[in-house]
Amino acid sequence: MMKHLLSMDQLSSADIVTILDTAESLRSVTDRPIKKLPTLRGRTVCNLFYEASTRTRISFELAAKRLSADVINFSADSKSSVAKGESFKDTAWTLEAMGVDAIIVRHGSSGAPHQLSQWVKASVLNAGDGQHEHPTQALLDLYSMREHFKDLEGLKVAIVGDVLHSRVARSNVKGLVTMGADVILIGPPTLIPPQAATWGARIGYDLDEVLEEIDVCYLLRVQKERQSEQLFPSLREYAALWGLDSRRLARMKPEVLVMHPGPMNRGVEIGADVSESPRSIILDQVANGLAVRMSLLYLMLGGRSEDGEVFE
Amino acid sequence: MSRYLLRGGRVIDPASGVDERRDLLIEEGVVASTGATLDEAGAEVIDVAGAVVAPGLVDLHTHVREPGREDEETIASASAAAAAGGYTAICTMPNTDPIADSAAIVEKVWALGREAGLVEVVAAGALSKGQRGEKMADIGEMVRSVARVRLFTDDGHGVQNSLFARRVMEYLVTFDAIYAEHCEDEALAAGGMMHEGERSMALGMRGIPSEAEELMAARDIALAKLTGCRLHLLHISTAGTAEIVRRARAEGVRVTAEATPHHFSLTDAELESYDPNAKVNPPLRTEEDRAAIVGALADGTIDAIATDHAPHALEEKDVEFQYAPPGMVGLETSLALTLTELVHPGHISLTRAIELLSVGPSRILGLPQGGPLTSGDPAHVVVFDPDGEWTVDPARLRSLCKNTPFVGRKLRGRVLHTFFAGRLTVRDGVVLAGELV
Repeated sequence: MMKHLLSMDQLSSADIVTILDTAESLRSVTDRPIKKLPTLRGRTVCNLFYEASTRTRISFELAAKRLSADVINFSADSKSSVAKGESFKDTAWTLEAMGVDAIIVRHGSSGAPHQLSQWVKASVLNAGDGQHEHPTQALLDLYSMREHFKDLEGLKVAIVGDVLHSRVARSNVKGLVTMGADVILIGPPTLIPPQAATWGARIGYDLDEVLEEIDVCYLLRVQKERQSEQLFPSLREYAALWGLDSRRLARMKPEVLVMHPGPMNRGVEIGADVSESPRSIILDQVANGLAVRMSLLYLMLGGRSEDGEVFE
Repeated sequence: MSRYLLRGGRVIDPASGVDERRDLLIEEGVVASTGATLDEAGAEVIDVAGAVVAPGLVDLHTHVREPGREDEETIASASAAAAAGGYTAICTMPNTDPIADSAAIVEKVWALGREAGLVEVVAAGALSKGQRGEKMADIGEMVRSVARVRLFTDDGHGVQNSLFARRVMEYLVTFDAIYAEHCEDEALAAGGMMHEGERSMALGMRGIPSEAEELMAARDIALAKLTGCRLHLLHISTAGTAEIVRRARAEGVRVTAEATPHHFSLTDAELESYDPNAKVNPPLRTEEDRAAIVGALADGTIDAIATDHAPHALEEKDVEFQYAPPGMVGLETSLALTLTELVHPGHISLTRAIELLSVGPSRILGLPQGGPLTSGDPAHVVVFDPDGEWTVDPARLRSLCKNTPFVGRKLRGRVLHTFFAGRLTVRDGVVLAGELV
């Protein structure tokens, strides 16, 4: 396995299958009375978060703990050395000096994990960088899709909304295209620049046109400030044209999956009833995130056990 | 003052149409005589066989950080870096702290340049007070000051208000001074960190579209036509801008243009490493743009290679890409990059290279630096080995800052000696600062 996980570009379809298969094996740990494996005992994992996060940070923390690693949480907030003016590099070196084995980083600046990986000896896992990538989200999304559809090849996935600013979209398109899925990006051209076509996805502006053909409808979070940037006239108009409401859901295939990386804006990109419908697997995505992150830490830090006893 | 006899070099002097092996005698600050084989006559002989002897280089676009950020670059350190790079004149940009928008500041810059004594320091003045694009700077007072300012610019910012741009152009006609524009429509470019295109989209970085540059270039050309003002376009970087300039010149508009070594050497592929040293404004563009800039340098559309030398302290560049200021140093790599990227691959001749690095920029500023190098002319001379290989090593750069994406690059072409007004400022690649004045 690779030393760092910075981008979905690094992963072949075989790598992705290994990560998802390992996640599936580790999933069973969660169902045990004692939810812990000794694999990463004595290893230290640091969550280095320069941006607010709930699910990703907690998910990584829990994943590391389930594998018996020691976990440090560092939030670059008003109480940290960052507030005193410490640079990103100095913070990285400080953590390195304390002997961490892996740094899970979230940062508002695209490429920050890439830079970090050049400064430290520890493994770096990208937990979301600017508008660049969020590879663990893409992997848990692939895992969630694979739970329902045996084969990702040929799967028709619509990714709807703000592709331009979305690291989730970038990582998902790369992962899906690698796995042979058929990806359609849907939204207004202000949110889906034509260059996105070079990723191997189709581009469409009309959600209604693709409703009947898709297997997965992946909705991206619409950030409220996009309205003030004049990327669309109003949240109301956005919801009318690209929001998934129950009327649209009714037109889709009965086995369609509705997905969302969270946090949701109910009533904008997703109707409240749609998010709670049986077709929604939004909470499964969260649960699967834990397994996928355990899988990555296991593969990247633990390696395969010599006696094969890890999973028991 | 010493007498030097440059023996056996290939003299390339575009201003007099000379390209031949001949000797050059330098005496009392001027070229005393030239000829196939000159008598030593008590002069110190410097063997320059195999090297090129050319008029001293002129940089239209140097950011010194004095006054304000002397930790990053002083006029003395920029002068040393310039001399090491073969320059005998630099035009300093006004975005210092305070901004060079009054006679007092440009005179100070000029005086510090004289004190350093390594190159002619030509101070550019700001177009507007504080470079805010609202009120005219003290243009006439700067023109009439001892600094004799002839080029005005708000470089770092484009002038956003078209009416203000027009008024300043009209006013500059009084002095036949130059309106130099940093072409950037700030609304279109807002928040941009690199060229907008496939790569910015893939890297998740907000882009600066080519149109942000092209719209302002086209506007300024229209206004130059309207007002009759001399217009100079700084660091043009796109295929579209090159074409806009080409058409305007064909129409007879008084417009000149410059391009930087990084825009003819690098593309936005450099950004894939997220190296803040590759962050620059205007941004590194696509391969198509790079090739178009090379074409425009070759066919005469662009008049000058200018460095846009922009020193930044290590702590400012060694941060997340998003937070790093744009800019890179360039005085010590420009000649070698011109030779390596343009001359050796056959895109332009050595003569054209010297036109772009010396004759063209010196004509724009009205300096004697660009030659001719005939009897009685001031001896601003660079001697370089066009094939000498060297590797860019930050520790050996004279600039106080080392922010360049060319670190570790092997380049072909090195400066051997530089003469500024007949005085050796660089000998065998070593700056002779200590021996001066």
